[in-house]
Amino acid sequence: MNSCHNKLKVKNITKYYQDILVIDDISIDLNQNEFVSILGPSGSGKSTLFNIIAGLIKPDKGKVIIEGRDYTKVTGRVSYMYQKDLLLPWKKIIDNVALPYYIKGKDKKEARELVKDYFDIFGLKGFEYKYPFQLSGGMRQRAALMRTYMFSKDIILLDEPFGGLDAITKSKMQYWLLGVLEKLKASVLFITHDIEEAIFLSDRIYILSDRPAKVKEKVYIDLPKPRNKDITTSDEFNNIKRHILSIL
Amino acid sequence: MRKFISTEKIKELINKDTKIIPTIFILILLVFWQFVVDIGLIERYILPSPKNIILTLIKILPEIKIHVVATLQEAISGFSIAIILSIILAVLMDSIKIIKKAIYPLLIISQTVPIIALAPLFMMWFGLGKLPKIIVVVLVCFFPIVISLLDGLESVDKDMLNLIKSMGGSKFQIFKIVKFPSSIVSFFSGLRIAATYSIMGAVIGEWLGGKEGLGLYMLRAKHAFKLDKVFAVIIVIVILSMTLFKIISLMQYLFMPWTRES
Repeated sequence: MNSCHNKLKVKNITKYYQDILVIDDISIDLNQNEFVSILGPSGSGKSTLFNIIAGLIKPDKGKVIIEGRDYTKVTGRVSYMYQKDLLLPWKKIIDNVALPYYIKGKDKKEARELVKDYFDIFGLKGFEYKYPFQLSGGMRQRAALMRTYMFSKDIILLDEPFGGLDAITKSKMQYWLLGVLEKLKASVLFITHDIEEAIFLSDRIYILSDRPAKVKEKVYIDLPKPRNKDITTSDEFNNIKRHILSIL
Repeated sequence: MRKFISTEKIKELINKDTKIIPTIFILILLVFWQFVVDIGLIERYILPSPKNIILTLIKILPEIKIHVVATLQEAISGFSIAIILSIILAVLMDSIKIIKKAIYPLLIISQTVPIIALAPLFMMWFGLGKLPKIIVVVLVCFFPIVISLLDGLESVDKDMLNLIKSMGGSKFQIFKIVKFPSSIVSFFSGLRIAATYSIMGAVIGEWLGGKEGLGLYMLRAKHAFKLDKVFAVIIVIVILSMTLFKIISLMQYLFMPWTRES
C-alpha cells in the first residue's frame, strides 16, 4: 500500500556532544503514508536524532531533506510529539490542540474553527472545553497527538508517545493510533524501546545500536494491515520478534 | 451506613477538622489570657484582657476610620507599584542574563538592610506625607514578588519550550504562550506573601512619624499607655492583612481555574 514517494530523508547524520560521538552516520528514509520505527535502547541518542530532524539541533555532519529540500537546522516543518503530553494546563483542550494555529498568528475564533472537526477522528469529542487535568493520561496523549497533527499533517515525529502510560492503556492507544492513522494519511517516524510496539505499529523498523547510535539493521514488517491485537501472538509476529532480539 | 459516605464527604469532614482544631486552640488561649488578667495575676495596664480589647475596639472604631483609610491607601499604592516594578524587573532579568547576573546579588543584599533603619531616612528625604510610607511598602513587597516570578519563569519545562520552538514560535510567543502563564502560579504565591507585608510596611512607615495612619495612632496610644488601644489596632491590622491575602487567593481562584484541582 505504500507509494514509494519519498517524504523525508535523513542523510549521514553525525553528532558529537563534547567530543563524544552520540550519533554515528545515521541515514533514514520515510516514504509517504509509511510508519517507520526507530528501535533502540534508552539513552542511545534517539531523541537527539529527532531534535535534529525537527531542526532544533544542528548536526555535525549530514543533512535533513524533506521533499527534496534541505531542512537542516530549520524548525517549523515537521511536527514533533514528546513522551510527556506537554499540554498547557491553563488552556482548554480545544485551545491546546489549536496551539499551532495560534503560533501561526490565527485568532481564537479562526483557530478553534480549524480544529473543531478533528475531535471526532481523535476520539476526543465532548472534551473540547475541558482542562487537561480533567482528562486521563490516555486522553491527554490523544490531545497531544491531535495538536501534533494540527501542526504538520504530513510528517509526524513521535518520541515514545506511550512511554508514560500503563501497559493496558498503552496497548489500547497503539490500536487507536493505527485506526487514526488509517484516516489521516500521514507519514510517521516513531521512537520506541518496546520491540512489540515497534512491530505492531510499523511498516519498517530501524534498529539502532547503543552509544554511539548507529543503524544496525533495517527490518521490513510485512504483516497484513489493518492489524489487530491477535497479530501479536501469531507466528509471523514472533518470528520477527525473535529476529530483532537476536540483533539487539 | 458508614460505607455510603462518599470521598467528598470525607474530604469535607477533614477540612472542617482542620478549621476546628486551630479554632479550639485559639479559644483556649483567649480564655486563659482572660482568666490570668481577671484574677489579677497581671495588671490590666500592663496587659489588657481580650474582653477589654474588644470593647475598646468597638469604642474607637469611629475615630480610627480615617487612619484605616490612610494605611490602606499607602499599602495598596505601594503594593501596586511593587507589582509593576517586579514584573518589569523579573522579565528583564529572565530574558537578559547579564542583567540578572548584575542585579540578583544586589536584590539579596537589599533584603538584609533593616527597613526600620532606612525608613527614618525616607522621612528625612521625602517629608512626613504618604510618599515615604509608600516607598517602605514597595521595598518590603517587591522582593517576594520578584523572586517568585523569577523562579516561575525559570522553572518552565524545557521540552515545552522546545515544542514551541519546533513549531517555529518566536521568542515573544514563547513568553506569551508558555513562560508567563506557567509562572503565574508562583507569581501569585509571591503576591500573597507581599499582600500581608504591605499593611505591615505601611504601619512601620507611619510608626516613625506622620499625620495619619494606624501606625501613628498606635504610637500615640502607646505614649499614652493605652495598651488596650494598641492591641485593638493590632487586631485591625491582622484583619486588614488577612483580607488582602484572601482577596489575592480569590483572584487566583477566579482567574486561574486550572489551579483549582487540589
